[in-house]
Amino acid sequence: MGFEKFGRRSFTGMTKTAKFVDLLAEGKVEGTVCKQCGAKFFPPRADCASCLSKDMDWFEMPKKGKLETFTIAYYAPFGFEKDCPYTMGVVDFGDIKLFARLANDIKPEDVKVGMDVSVRPLTYEDGQISFEIFKS
Amino acid sequence: MAKDVAVIGVGQTYFVRGYEGSIRELAFEAFREAMQDAGITQKDVSASIFCSAPEYDKQRSPAGVLAEYLGLIPQPTFYIETVCSSSSSGVKVAYSMIKAGLHDVVVVLGFQKMSEITSAESQERMGRGADIQWEAPFGTMMPAYYALYAQAYMAKNGLTHDDLMNVRVKSGTYGQINERAVYRKGVKPADFDPNNPDARMAGAVAWPLRVGDACANADGASCVILANAEKAKAFSKKPVWILGIGAASEAVNMAARPDFSKGLSVGYAAAAEAYKMAGITAKDVKVAEVHDCFTIAEIMAYEGLGFAPMGEGKQLIREKATYKEGRIPVNVDGGLLSKGHPIGATGGSQIRTIVLQLRDEAGPMQVPGNPDIGLVHNVGGVGLYGNVTIFGR
Repeated sequence: MGFEKFGRRSFTGMTKTAKFVDLLAEGKVEGTVCKQCGAKFFPPRADCASCLSKDMDWFEMPKKGKLETFTIAYYAPFGFEKDCPYTMGVVDFGDIKLFARLANDIKPEDVKVGMDVSVRPLTYEDGQISFEIFKS
Repeated sequence: MAKDVAVIGVGQTYFVRGYEGSIRELAFEAFREAMQDAGITQKDVSASIFCSAPEYDKQRSPAGVLAEYLGLIPQPTFYIETVCSSSSSGVKVAYSMIKAGLHDVVVVLGFQKMSEITSAESQERMGRGADIQWEAPFGTMMPAYYALYAQAYMAKNGLTHDDLMNVRVKSGTYGQINERAVYRKGVKPADFDPNNPDARMAGAVAWPLRVGDACANADGASCVILANAEKAKAFSKKPVWILGIGAASEAVNMAARPDFSKGLSVGYAAAAEAYKMAGITAKDVKVAEVHDCFTIAEIMAYEGLGFAPMGEGKQLIREKATYKEGRIPVNVDGGLLSKGHPIGATGGSQIRTIVLQLRDEAGPMQVPGNPDIGLVHNVGGVGLYGNVTIFGR
């Protein structure tokens, strides 16, 4: 339990990686790393896709990345309409990537492919917990 | 270039908004046409495969229900799903069953009644089209995913909004002459002009993609009948042979995708496998159907299939090389953009177009010069599944 608190609206109640939400609440955005072979994953996984191990540890995501791509949503799926428009993008940290929304304080016209960005946890007014990309 | 499995019959319904009948009746229309095209009866069919995206179906396990309605019991029946490429995947499975010698004639029927659920339900399902655990909580939807590819691709390769518009203009040219397309109106640049108050296609959906960059939902069904060489020669005067099949999959989460500016990896992987199996190269293809669920997807497909070098897909649309009279005609039936995209039916509809082209029976859409090799590129999800199938006379 606990994973229903993740994101603007969660579609998954139970996952072995639910600790991700607790880590967000502590101010950390973390992925998982395999203790056997060292493979790193984001989003987190409970099982290693490389060596099949279930012996995973948490690691903190890097702080400095570049925005590889983005989109500005003017229409939204059911349940997200009130947030429009919102921007989502992919951050490339070099050896690992991350997908999330961009912080609301970045104006759409200021978002550029290749810009320097970082990632931080975010708590919505209704108590939902997520993470967002911000300009660094 | 082995000629072991052939298409002996094809059928397709009109693609429409709000089909006035149930899914079994929709499926029957495509089936009837394909059976009459093949000149066979149900006794000649040894198995059937049904294909759809199940989130639109109220009927659980539709294969058995549809097999009964089509008169295909007690033969075995199966259900195959890879979202938008379901019926191409169904054809690959049918090919394998025939090659293995288990069955001699197999019906592959793709269908989708997208209007079976309300538009609010549809919108909710569209938001769960990819990774529901890690991405849907941000409010993702199909246009936004393809927009991520468009943004990176445009930034790196100098592709412009006018290039994307011209893909849609080409699609409209052929939607007008395809009587089974859902969108029959032509498309003009003025339709994309943000300063034109009547512009139907200019509004941003998921920037950089606009209304006109996206394909239309539709209800429809398609049917492809495959046979082994012996049965194909016995039943068909014009068998169209499957020369090559390639298929691939990719990570669902955008965080695990390679360079977005290079397009969909499954397109490259499936094409390489299909070309190798057929023993041909991109230059041998005379007519193609590619998965243009969004305008950007057609440009990326040009490159994945080797019709243009990486980053140069825009040249084909600028030079009108993919028009019917061009060097490599693509989507001359209007494509998904104009014909419509009834998810499970799309691959079979693309295959039908290519089969008719190779039989010189495509009517006003016929590519001149008697094309002998055609290709179908059918993608499921946001490049989650890729299928390329090569056909020859």
